[in-house]
Amino acid sequence: MRVWVRRVLVLCMTWPLAACAGRQSALDPQGPQSGQILHTLFIFLAVAAMVWTAVVIVLGIGMLRRKRSADRPLDLHQAFEERSGRVILALGIATTVIVLGLSLVSYAGQRTVFVKDEKAHTLKIIGHQWWWEVRYEADSPHQSFVTANEIRIPTGQPVKVELESADVIHSFWVPSLTGKMDLIPGQKNELQFTAKNAGVYRGQCAEFCGIQHAHMAFAVIAMSPDEFGRWRDHENQSANSPADQLGKQGEALFRGRGCALCHNISGTLAGGQLGPDLTHIGSRTTIAAGTLPNTPATLGAWIADPQHIKPGNLMPKMPLQSDELIAIIHYLEQLK
Amino acid sequence: MSIAAEPNDLRDDVLNGLQLSTQLERVWRTPSGWMGALMAVDHKVVGRRYIVTAFVFLLLGGILAVLMRVQLAGPEKTFLSADKYNQVFTMHGSTMMFLFAVPVMEAFAVYLVPLMVGTRNIAFPRLNAFSYWMFLFGGCFLWISFLFNVGPDVGWFSYVPLSSLQFTPTKRADVWAQMITFTEVAALAVAVEIVVTVFKLRAPGMTLDRIPLFVWAMLVTAFLVMFAMPSIMVASTSLILDRLVNTRFYDSSSGGHPLLWQHLFWFFGHPEVYIIFIPGTGMVSAILATFARRPVIGYPVVILSLIATGFLSFGLWVHHMFVTGLPQLGAALFTASSMLIAVPSGLQIFCWLATLWDGRPVYRTPLLFVIGFIVIFVLGGLSGVMVASVPIDTQVHDTYFVVAHFHYVLIGGAVFPLIGAVYYWFPKIAGRMLSERLGRWNFWLAFIGFNVAFFPMHILGLIGMPRRVYTYTADMDWAHLNLLSSGGALIFALSFALLLVNVIYSLRKGELAGDNPWDASTLEWATSSPPPPQNFDRIPVVKHRDPLWADSESLPVVAGLSAERREVLLTSLAEAEPQIREASPEPSIWPLLAAIATTIFFIGSIFTPWAVLWGTPPMAVTLIGWFWPTGSKEDEE
Repeated sequence: MRVWVRRVLVLCMTWPLAACAGRQSALDPQGPQSGQILHTLFIFLAVAAMVWTAVVIVLGIGMLRRKRSADRPLDLHQAFEERSGRVILALGIATTVIVLGLSLVSYAGQRTVFVKDEKAHTLKIIGHQWWWEVRYEADSPHQSFVTANEIRIPTGQPVKVELESADVIHSFWVPSLTGKMDLIPGQKNELQFTAKNAGVYRGQCAEFCGIQHAHMAFAVIAMSPDEFGRWRDHENQSANSPADQLGKQGEALFRGRGCALCHNISGTLAGGQLGPDLTHIGSRTTIAAGTLPNTPATLGAWIADPQHIKPGNLMPKMPLQSDELIAIIHYLEQLK
Repeated sequence: MSIAAEPNDLRDDVLNGLQLSTQLERVWRTPSGWMGALMAVDHKVVGRRYIVTAFVFLLLGGILAVLMRVQLAGPEKTFLSADKYNQVFTMHGSTMMFLFAVPVMEAFAVYLVPLMVGTRNIAFPRLNAFSYWMFLFGGCFLWISFLFNVGPDVGWFSYVPLSSLQFTPTKRADVWAQMITFTEVAALAVAVEIVVTVFKLRAPGMTLDRIPLFVWAMLVTAFLVMFAMPSIMVASTSLILDRLVNTRFYDSSSGGHPLLWQHLFWFFGHPEVYIIFIPGTGMVSAILATFARRPVIGYPVVILSLIATGFLSFGLWVHHMFVTGLPQLGAALFTASSMLIAVPSGLQIFCWLATLWDGRPVYRTPLLFVIGFIVIFVLGGLSGVMVASVPIDTQVHDTYFVVAHFHYVLIGGAVFPLIGAVYYWFPKIAGRMLSERLGRWNFWLAFIGFNVAFFPMHILGLIGMPRRVYTYTADMDWAHLNLLSSGGALIFALSFALLLVNVIYSLRKGELAGDNPWDASTLEWATSSPPPPQNFDRIPVVKHRDPLWADSESLPVVAGLSAERREVLLTSLAEAEPQIREASPEPSIWPLLAAIATTIFFIGSIFTPWAVLWGTPPMAVTLIGWFWPTGSKEDEE
């Protein structure tokens, strides 16, 4: 019965987008946490739909039914007044029972969603205006690395993210995996989730954080544990040295034109800490916090005028000749 | 003049009929000319200004809403820049909450409560005038700043540290915080007046259980204002201090905490919702009784529900903070307390349904809006039960689901009753009926437009659309529902344009209303439309909860107040027994001057702390002028 209700509800709520299962949707759960939340949500939705329908039906009957014949407003029937008083009282008690019941349902769901697993993979996410710093920290500094706007996790294993902020309040939200949690300066929050299947789950900042709040997205990429291990070993390595002359020129320009003041590329002299780490930028799928796909063309457009694509963001427009721009793009694309 | 030769002797019991009306009108009328207009202390004059000003802000806030809907109608539109959009959504929220919703409800109370309790003017009429000027100046300050591109852009909730000096170095956040101060002062003043008017100025015989439900609702609201506003006052003042003189209330690096702001803000912010909604319920009760042609069933239940709602509303602010990393059990308790408020709200709905069930409804425009209210508000209340649940809230918090939810609650719960109230009380205020034909169009456009605009937002939130984004990319699959929503918003906006047309047309051409066009039962309908300056020639005596239905022929009255100077009758708190005749203040220019001095002080103090020093003496001078003893006669038993 409940499965049936649930299917109908899913159908009703998703028909406008039947063609496209969202990559960023609470209705498309891909892990136990988001599944549990959706389950709780459907219970609430079913109760709400019943209550609303009942109210509207009573309202409709109340409006349509044949009325008593008294025509002076104060000619009241004592019996009706008393009976309606009892009905109202009973409905009040029923309301109380329903909300207390729903509170318990909610609490049960909450306990499942926020269950903690000590063996979870831990990574730290630091919110910045308007991008995400992702730190994979290990006991040995040689196995710790930093990336940005792309969070890779192994499937089927619990992941714990520790959430901090470098500036204002942000909120970490990947609806397909779990609910959101704020990143608050001066406070450490954490969130646990598991991805059942491999895939790309889009997330986005959910707390208004300034002019480019709309362009503060990220991707959680779930991959099989083996693949994840290989990826992690690769990320641990320093950046590739440029293979050709143009790339070498790009590396020099990266330092000479000011990029390195803000961006770090491990294994080179570029050690800036203000902007996203670019050590393996060539292997990321998007740039500018999920704003554009990562291609040489979009990367060029971004570097040429970041203020055009994301007005108000903190990356300045640098004066670059077109051949210099080409060299820098060529260099960055090699940083796989 | 012969009258001046024998001061304070002429009582209203020695005059009759036209003579009495003319004499009282002379005593109570607002002086003519523009100076007279600036000196007005008549609650009806001030109330009318308050209502019109609040509706002007509704219009402005509504235009901003349409701008946002145009921007969001499709992906990656460039109709508004990111910076402009952030200002626009901040201005929309701030205008609607602080300059429209709360003031318009208080404005109706200022106009109606003295009439409904059967007295000649509101308590503290000069404070009332001061309150209006502060509201007007605060609203103008915000909007003029916006037009000069210094409009706040940090959200109507202005979370720190985004609104701190470090992240908002311009004056934008100060403008927001100081606008709050203006509206707080205005709202607190009205709250005090309402409480005193209801407690002390009721007509003889209007015992606590004969007070009209609308007045009860406004009384509870006034108490909510008095307890909730100090919290935001502390919050906004300490924000200004952080920004101006480098205090560290919200700076986590030196012992402050950003969450302190959220607690203070929502300790005000959640009751704020009920400050807007409870007057709406009062309007519903008033309209429903009149058009269902019978008193509201369960009068004590409705009142106890109002009071319970008032208390509970202070115990659930934390549900705005479920995703800030609070302890789980604590959060769960706030789930339960948040849901519990459904009980008193539900009880009121049941009472109204029963009233309609037993009544003989007359389907005029005000009643249509009440029915629309029930349908929309119940849905909003139920989605409120959903967002009260911690796990559900972690998904829908700060998404369009919440946008849908609170527009269902606030527009459904307050604006629909309010528009119904406009249709209901317009004849009393203007003396002419609004067009019924346009009213029906108005209702159906509003009802359909509202639902088309806001229902899709529930789904948008669930499929991942966060709030406060100025744009979204085409691959997010949000475009169709957003376009639908924008279309609905235009229809909804059209319904307000129609209301405006109706008001302008009916002011000139509307059918004359007469004293009591709806055959309603409460005292405001016992006087002419619009009411004379003195409200009632003789103070009515109340012997029934529905006085005009019980004594349809002639209302009993009490005589003995001065016809020579402004006097009101004070009665006891519970039993409303006559106690004392008290002087009611004459028109005065000082409230306006005091408001101007306060405005200079407030605006100056966002630029320099020294304004506190040089801004105070002018305020002191105006207050001394205001309270300068005039040698009026002592109050008499």
